[in-house]
Amino acid sequence: MLLIEQKPLNEMYGDALESYPDECCGFFFGKEIGEERIITNILTVNNSKEGDKRRRFEIAPKDYLNAERFADENELQFLGVYHSHPNHPAIPSEHDRVAAQPYFSYIIISVNQNEIAGIRSWQLNDNFQFEEESIEKQSINQNK
Amino acid sequence: MATIIIPTPLRKFTNNTARVNIKANDIKGVVNELTFNFPDLKKHLLDEQGNIRSFVNVFVGDEDIRNLQQEQTPIKEETVISIVPAIAGGMS
Repeated sequence: MLLIEQKPLNEMYGDALESYPDECCGFFFGKEIGEERIITNILTVNNSKEGDKRRRFEIAPKDYLNAERFADENELQFLGVYHSHPNHPAIPSEHDRVAAQPYFSYIIISVNQNEIAGIRSWQLNDNFQFEEESIEKQSINQNK
Repeated sequence: MATIIIPTPLRKFTNNTARVNIKANDIKGVVNELTFNFPDLKKHLLDEQGNIRSFVNVFVGDEDIRNLQQEQTPIKEETVISIVPAIAGGMS
């Protein structure tokens, strides 16, 4: 299960709305406690896809390396990738699945012109298929 | 020995080890040794023909091996190699 703190949630929503009608993308970080992943920080990343950014995103390798470094330096767990689906449900496409990495959570934000239409998260299973994971949106006490 | 930095999503296949030291002459040797030591990594790094998957980037220092000598890129003792998963997707 994902628990998303208010600040990173607002930042992801803001990125999705500002990037509309293009897809936004970025990374998120936090900690793992058993089966729970608590998201405390995000890094917004430029969508480096050459071509139609309204239905595709790509993250440059140097941005990925920066994200690993950010996690190390801030003693955070690197938990996954978020991106938006403008005017489209928060369901992963075959293109999302083929490019997905194990372990990471993949948050998809469905966005229309002026509003967030939905947020869902997915993770690859051992058969390289996506399984949905539940999301709880709330403020988490850092000392918990 | 060269140092290979394992990306977070693949560390569950390396006993949560982030850095692995390997002695090899080139990238192909590094990948062979790495997948020999951690067999579960193989399907995530290599395609069915045994080549590095298109969604996996390998960097020597700050340079993509596609801009060097690909899998024949030579390795020195002090070389730092990063495995960088390609992050991409989209709604269609």
